[in-house]
Parts: sequence; structure tokens; C-alpha cells
Amino acid sequence: MLQLNHVAKLFNPATPDEKIALFDIQLHMKPGDFVTVIGSNGAGKSTLMNIISGVMKPDTGNVIIDNEDITHLPEYRRSQWIGRVFQDPMAGTAPRMTIEENLAMAYARGKQRGLSLGVKASKRTLFREHLSRLGIGLEERLHAKVGMLSGGERQALSLLMATFTNPQILLLDEHTAALDPARAELITRLTESIVREMNLTTLMVTHNMEQAIRLGNRLIMMDGGRIILDIDEERKKDLTVERLLGEFEQISGHKLSDDRLVLG
Amino acid sequence: MIDSLWGALESGLLYAFMALGVYITFRILDFPDLTVDGSFTTGAAIAAVMISNGYSPILATLSGFGGGLVAGVCTGLLHTKGKINGLMSGILMMIALYSINMRIMSKPNISIYDMDSIFVSIQPLIIVPIIAIIVLVLLNRFLYSDIGLALRATGDNERMIRSFGANTDLTKIVGISLSNGLVALSGALIAQQSSFADINGGVGMIVIGLASVIIGEAVFGARNVIHHTISVVLGSIIYRIVVALALRVEWLEASDMKLITAIIVIIALVLPSTRRVIKQKKMAKKRSAEILHVGQKKTMGGGV
Repeated sequence: MLQLNHVAKLFNPATPDEKIALFDIQLHMKPGDFVTVIGSNGAGKSTLMNIISGVMKPDTGNVIIDNEDITHLPEYRRSQWIGRVFQDPMAGTAPRMTIEENLAMAYARGKQRGLSLGVKASKRTLFREHLSRLGIGLEERLHAKVGMLSGGERQALSLLMATFTNPQILLLDEHTAALDPARAELITRLTESIVREMNLTTLMVTHNMEQAIRLGNRLIMMDGGRIILDIDEERKKDLTVERLLGEFEQISGHKLSDDRLVLG
Repeated sequence: MIDSLWGALESGLLYAFMALGVYITFRILDFPDLTVDGSFTTGAAIAAVMISNGYSPILATLSGFGGGLVAGVCTGLLHTKGKINGLMSGILMMIALYSINMRIMSKPNISIYDMDSIFVSIQPLIIVPIIAIIVLVLLNRFLYSDIGLALRATGDNERMIRSFGANTDLTKIVGISLSNGLVALSGALIAQQSSFADINGGVGMIVIGLASVIIGEAVFGARNVIHHTISVVLGSIIYRIVVALALRVEWLEASDMKLITAIIVIIALVLPSTRRVIKQKKMAKKRSAEILHVGQKKTMGGGV
């Protein structure tokens, strides 16, 4: 489904600030894979997401979705395959527009945008149906401006918008990190059920070790721009936070350092 | 007095198209576009030249609108593909348009007095509101279409709409183009109403447009896009009424209007942020007083 072959990315090349963001990344994901990604600060997790979604282009290597090489496609053309939820609850929605208008824009993903009305009665019924599945009452507030919603509500809406046109790949970039524990738990639960129901191929970056172990069928650990540990479904079953930290130290030679790390 | 108010209503509606253009760039795209000062004259120049050469006034007006669309595309390309700062690309186009407008007119001033215009056969106070309503309906229909939503989201959260597959370079170019088309349409109509086109006719238009948008919002509010666009049109009318009244004040001169307009815009830009700061300070004072009060009670209760 998703393949990254020998992907490398440098920041500030040939200057004193040169930094290897990604170094020879090899990643193959099968359809329906749910991979969680953990790693220290500056390990390259966000860069990995940006390379897949097309915000950045790799210096070398290529990105393949469904046997199609998309390395050189701009972000807006890749989006027909890729749904993404950002860490910042403000990032995934347009605050001065209404809930139904935001959903209409998500609904138009992968289609040619024309002059027909964005929100129609038939679409409104569909939007209500999807919103009610979130279980937080947004279906009663179709005309509310998104800027009036709380961070948790906005993130739930972002998650729905990213997934309801059934993308090939779902990218979750620490999408619960900015929320309080109760809301983060709600979003995690929603994520789990949506991914399972739609059988989405998912890549999720998280700072929560416990979450990384509990969710998904595969776990990768990054450090210094490399994937240093790749744990499959079998081994993931009896993984614990202590054992994971131990393995990290053994392979990388230093402690997992991350100021926002949550052990769970 | 009554006559001058009717006149203010009429020119307010004609300048409203320009204000709607400024609304698209300034409020929807969050892009202060100075092209307006040039493209207003472009619309006037094209219409005046075509009418004085015997073309139909309707065709002349539509051509003026088209000229503005093209000017807007140029500004949009400079900004998106040329990666030039928004203000700078507007200034560059405004300067370039001065020469282009001069070429179109081939002299600084064209009179079309006594010639055919769309106001000759029909009363201006009948035709102008009709045009205004048609433009308002079409503009709103566009802003609620799929492209329109993408255009609005481009000014609201560019990263988000790109992740949903909109080419934001394209939506910006479409928005700036449409904006300058409306500005030029306004110029073409004003030229016919006043029976001449002048090379300096567009000077200061951007500030007048901003003033109309801001006055409209302040007086009539802006709950949604339909409401907002209607407010802008009404704001343009109020602006013209203010001008008409100011001209009757003895110690004010006609040339003072630009200063008054600038002051209106400055007040409107400064006021909301100062008001917010004052409100926040008050709120913080009140809340901390409350918390202190409750805290003191508790310690006293515990101490005794």
C-alpha cells in the first residue's frame, strides 16, 4: 500500500546547521496496517509525515502509494489518497466557516471542485449521520462556526473530515497531544473505532508509550533520522513500556529523551 | 439636501462593487491588494474609450470588468508563482497599470459627455439597484459553491484546505482576479455616471473600499457571508452619505475627504484591539478579586 524506498532528507544542506532529518528510510506498509511511531525529539517522525503527505520532497528515494510513484506530486494532488490529522486542533479545520461547510470541503477531496453548491440537502443528511457517530452532539450544530468549538470537538471533527472519504492512507501526527487526558481518551477511542471499521492503512505518531503499544498491529521506533526498531504484531502482543525503553537504550546507546513523553 | 442624498445613494451603490472587490481580498483572502487603485481606472478607461468609439455601453461595461479580471490575474501570478510579498505585488501592478491605462486612454482625460451610456435610456436609480442585486446574488452563489468554499478556506486556514486537495495558488488567483473585476466594473459604471474617465480617478480607492467594508461591518454586522456582503454594500452607501454631508460643512474642502477616510479606517483598525485589551484587563481584575475574596474567607475560616 505505502512504500518508502531509501528516503533521505537534509535540513540546511552544506551549512554549519546541516542536520540529517531522515537517513535511508525503508518502510513498507500492507493494506490495513496500523503502525504506531515513537521516538525522541528530532528523530524525524514529523519529517516522515511531511514527506508522505507531500509538504516536503525527499532529497533522494521515492514514495509509492498503491504501486504509483507519487514522489513528485504536490501536496494538493496527493490528498486524494491521504487523510491527515495534525497535532494542533486549530490546524485541521477552518474556524470562520461552519461545521457543514468544513465537512463539504472534506467531502470534495479527490473530486473536481466546480460551481455547484457546496452544501446541499442530500449532503446535509450524510453529514448529520457521520457526525452523530462521534457521539458529541455536533450533528445538532451544523450551522455553528468551527471557531466556537472546543479543542476536543475540533479534533473529533478533524478526524471525521480526514477519514470520511475513505482515504488510502491515514496520517495521525500526535493528534491527541494537545488535549486534556479525558478528551485525548475520547479521540483515541474514536480513532480506534474509525480505523477498524473502515480498515484504513494508518501511520500514527504518538508520545504516549502505552498508547503506542495498545493501538495498532505494528510499532516502529525512530532515532536520529533512522528506523531503529520495528516490532510486528506477534512481538507487540507481550510488549511492555519497560521492555520497550530497555530495547531503545540498548540499540541507540542513549536514553529515550523527550520532554513530552508519557509513559502511560 | 434631498437631491444630494439621492445622489449619495446612487454613487454609493456604484462604488459598492468596488467595496465588494476589496471585501474579497481584504476579508476573505486576508490579502491587502493595492492593485485596486490601478484597476479601477482600467475599468473606467476601457469603458470610456469604447463608448467614445461608438461601441454599445453594455459591451463597454463588460469589457471594463474583463480588464479588471486580467489585472487581478497578473497580481495573483506575481504573488503565488513569483512568490512576491502581497503588498509588493499589488504596488507593482498598480504602478504598471498607470502606464497601461495611459496607453488605453492615450490622453489623461476622456469626456463621454452627451454620448450613449447605460444610464441614458433608463433612470440610474432604477438600473443601479438592479445591477447591485444581480451582482450580490451571483457573488454569493459563487462563494457558497465548492470553489467558493475552497476560496474562503484559503484565507481562513490555507494548510487545511491544501490537505483536502485544493490548489491554493489557483484559488488565490481566482479571488484576486474576481476582486479586481468588480473594482473595474465599478470604475466603468462611475465613468458613465460622471461622463468622463481620468487617469488619476482610482487614486485612494483602496482606502475608500476599506472604509466601506469596515463601516458596513460596524453598523450592520457580519454573521455570515450573505449578511457580510449586504453590509458592505450598505457601508458603501453610508460612506457616500457621510461624504455628501461633509461637503456641506463650510470649513471642510472637497480635498479633505481622503484625510477623513483615512482617519475612519485608522479608528476602525485601532479600536477593536484596544477595546479587547481593556476588556481583558477588566475581566482579569474582576476574576482575581473574586478568587482572592473566596481564598480569604477560606483561610479565615480555617484560622479561627
